[in-house]
Amino acid sequence: MTANPRPQPGPAREYRFPAFERRTLTNGLTLLIAPTHSLPVVTVLAIVDAGAVAEPPGQEGVAQLTARALNEGTPKYDGEALTDYLEQLGTSIGGGADWDSASLAMTVLHDNLDNAFAHFAEVLITPTFPEAAIERLKGERVAELMQIESEPRELADEKFDEYIYETASRFRLPLGGSKQSVERLTRSEVVAFHAARFRPAATTLIIVGDVDSSVAVSMVEGVLGAWSGDSAPRASASDRPVRTSRAVRIVRKEGAPQSEVRIGHVGVPRTHPDYFSITVMNAVMGGLFSSRINLNLREVHGYTYGASSAFDWRREAGPFVVGTAVASDVTVPAIEETLKEIDRMRSEPISESELSLATSYLEGVFPIRYETTAAIAAALATLTVYGLPVDWYDTYRARMGAVSVADVLAAARAHVHPESMQIVIVGDAGAIREPLEALAFGPVDFVSP
Amino acid sequence: MRIPIETFRLENGLFVTLSEDHTAPIVAVNLWYHVGSANERPGRTGFAHLFEHMLFQGSEHVEANEHFELVQRAGGTLNGSTWLDRTNYFETVPSNQLAIALWLEADRMGALLPAMTQQKLDTQRDVVSNERRWSVDNQPYGTWWEKLPALTYPDPHPFHHSLIGSFGDLNAASLEDIAHFFATYYTPDNAVLSIAGDFDPHEARELAQSYFGSIPRGKGKPPLPDMSLPETFGGTLREVVKDDVSLPRLYLGFRVPPFGSRDYYAASIAGAILGMRKGSRLQRTLVREREVATDATAFTFDLPKGADILVVDVTARPGITPERLEAEVVREVDRLRTEGVTQSELDRAVALIGTDFVVSMQSAGERADQLSRFATYFGDPSLINDQMSRYGAVTVEDVDRFAATRLGEDNRAFLMYVPRDDEEENTGASADAVDGAVPVTV
Repeated sequence: MTANPRPQPGPAREYRFPAFERRTLTNGLTLLIAPTHSLPVVTVLAIVDAGAVAEPPGQEGVAQLTARALNEGTPKYDGEALTDYLEQLGTSIGGGADWDSASLAMTVLHDNLDNAFAHFAEVLITPTFPEAAIERLKGERVAELMQIESEPRELADEKFDEYIYETASRFRLPLGGSKQSVERLTRSEVVAFHAARFRPAATTLIIVGDVDSSVAVSMVEGVLGAWSGDSAPRASASDRPVRTSRAVRIVRKEGAPQSEVRIGHVGVPRTHPDYFSITVMNAVMGGLFSSRINLNLREVHGYTYGASSAFDWRREAGPFVVGTAVASDVTVPAIEETLKEIDRMRSEPISESELSLATSYLEGVFPIRYETTAAIAAALATLTVYGLPVDWYDTYRARMGAVSVADVLAAARAHVHPESMQIVIVGDAGAIREPLEALAFGPVDFVSP
Repeated sequence: MRIPIETFRLENGLFVTLSEDHTAPIVAVNLWYHVGSANERPGRTGFAHLFEHMLFQGSEHVEANEHFELVQRAGGTLNGSTWLDRTNYFETVPSNQLAIALWLEADRMGALLPAMTQQKLDTQRDVVSNERRWSVDNQPYGTWWEKLPALTYPDPHPFHHSLIGSFGDLNAASLEDIAHFFATYYTPDNAVLSIAGDFDPHEARELAQSYFGSIPRGKGKPPLPDMSLPETFGGTLREVVKDDVSLPRLYLGFRVPPFGSRDYYAASIAGAILGMRKGSRLQRTLVREREVATDATAFTFDLPKGADILVVDVTARPGITPERLEAEVVREVDRLRTEGVTQSELDRAVALIGTDFVVSMQSAGERADQLSRFATYFGDPSLINDQMSRYGAVTVEDVDRFAATRLGEDNRAFLMYVPRDDEEENTGASADAVDGAVPVTV
């Protein structure tokens, strides 16, 4: 119908990641400020070296519990009054923990920044951790774990991590801890974890949005300048795999209409020099809609609604995993096709067209990723957590664009290991057992959720 | 904060809204077609959504799956979604790639059928069947999406039947159905095109005209049946679902005034007072004080015709029975209905909604989608700029009147999920040793 020829792009308008200023206060607190004035909002994000890898042994889950309990009260306000005060200002303060850091975040309208920030600072450094709130949050975490037992997607992710890391690794247990570890946690452990890890030199405060740099600096100095204390040493987790030979685990979910499948192994640390070639390699293999695995499983075979691969980036090596959900009766054919695609990434170079699709996507989508103050703050947090250079985002697109076909092949051969691939399936064991055994991929065991 | 808006209409009826913002070199393209599952004929549930999948299978000048590849190669993000009364397609691309995004949308609006084949339809039917398994059948509480509308909109109201559809109906869909649906609903005069972000308005007009201008106007679509409904259900509706879930969960629905009407805003604020964030009544009392729930939220479906629904969604804590959960939720709803709300609660809700609105407007894709929404539903995209003043105009008396008339026993639909086998559930909850695995070597 349209007689118009397919259009070609015009010249790209220049884009730079928002400029930001870096300061260190005398107490060691790092401050990153990125003023952006298009809308009257400000995101404040504190990143603290208090992630799950820093937990004392036997206290798995204390990092998340501590972060979630931060906003349960300060010396001036109990939890309810604090919530009400902030929500009247149209905001709320939320704490969370990741493997390598804890975070405290709020997004607030410009006019309410000063008032909200005073409370933000108190929540960060002088939380009271009421006993009743700690016990309630523990109960909520236990309920969350019960929900995961009947939710196949999260269950598969959790069971995969548990299946691939060595017994001593913190990565084996869920980020928020297991039922057993969480039920054991006490208020005094939370208080001690906060006291040991939430220190000015272990904290980066990121402020992005409609605020001037000098105003932000004096606001922070006024409220957090007197915060003091030395930091605990940086912690790390073991990222050793539990085995190097292929193996399969089936997590029983009788009568399940689909199998949730995870295929992969221990991956690569975030700071690995091959980061860019791995990212491009993964985009071609399973990272994009138009990737090999998704087009094969979804568009050629109609096995699934979607299939994707990802490297879960952490300071130590997180999992590399291909994930999909397929009807029970095609579980094994879908696994075979996935393994075939993985092998093909290592056996032959990708085409120039596949390479340019991945690199032009990764370069082009870059400004789209940073539309919001929260997204820009998260990007600055990434710099902090992994110790990346300040010009990381200025050079990102050029470095992504420089990845070659040879680099992708080398990345696949160095970082994807068919001989030690691990498979976890949450599904109807009765329906998939026989064809899976016939596949003769590796030893198979069966567990309950 | 005001979103700048320009509008025009092509001769074939395509309504276009433009909203410039040059903060970053990106632009969002968003098309709403005024068709959703409400327009499906009997025996073809799920068709509007299946059709949405077919729109990514190529058109006269675009190969199957090339739409995705071309947008991603351009450095863009994209998707589509189907709702009860509309279907949308959207991409955000670097601003120098606006032309390709518009060209792709025009090619599939103007010339979809030459690319349709039985094989593509069969594959997408399999994909959608797997989407149904993934998002509904193999997901705890996943059937609530079809059960709550079925409970609250009486058959044969157009919102009654399943949006994602049954396997039987999906299998019955034919290429003739595709051709007929396309000719009826995917026409320029049944669509709104919004462009938001970094573009030159003069160029955007020219591109819209040259790519979409020659697509013929539709022949009109069959009118929807009368959508109007009484103000309340006229009684308490109830369904209990035994499901593979670990904890009971209640979806409590109320029939409320349609999206965009004056009283809708009072309903929306009542919902926020009940279930938005930690300071809301349900979170404060049920989650924090009494510890009978792990989470509580409230939201509306935002349907502008007939009647909307307000949904309160509360999950029990371990050990709390469905009966107790229901009684606790009802107590809070009754309290709202009989005692009303305070000015401070109203202010809290409006402040939170206001911040969320400004935050969402940072995204070009979100701006374009909202412009399409107000243009499609009300013929006036500038209503986006009135939303906060409409919320701000709501008084305590408005919310109290809403609660008194719409939250009573004559207007409640209880959709309760309970663990399939309570006895097994109790043992499961206390059993830690799950690794009773016997390895099998093959």
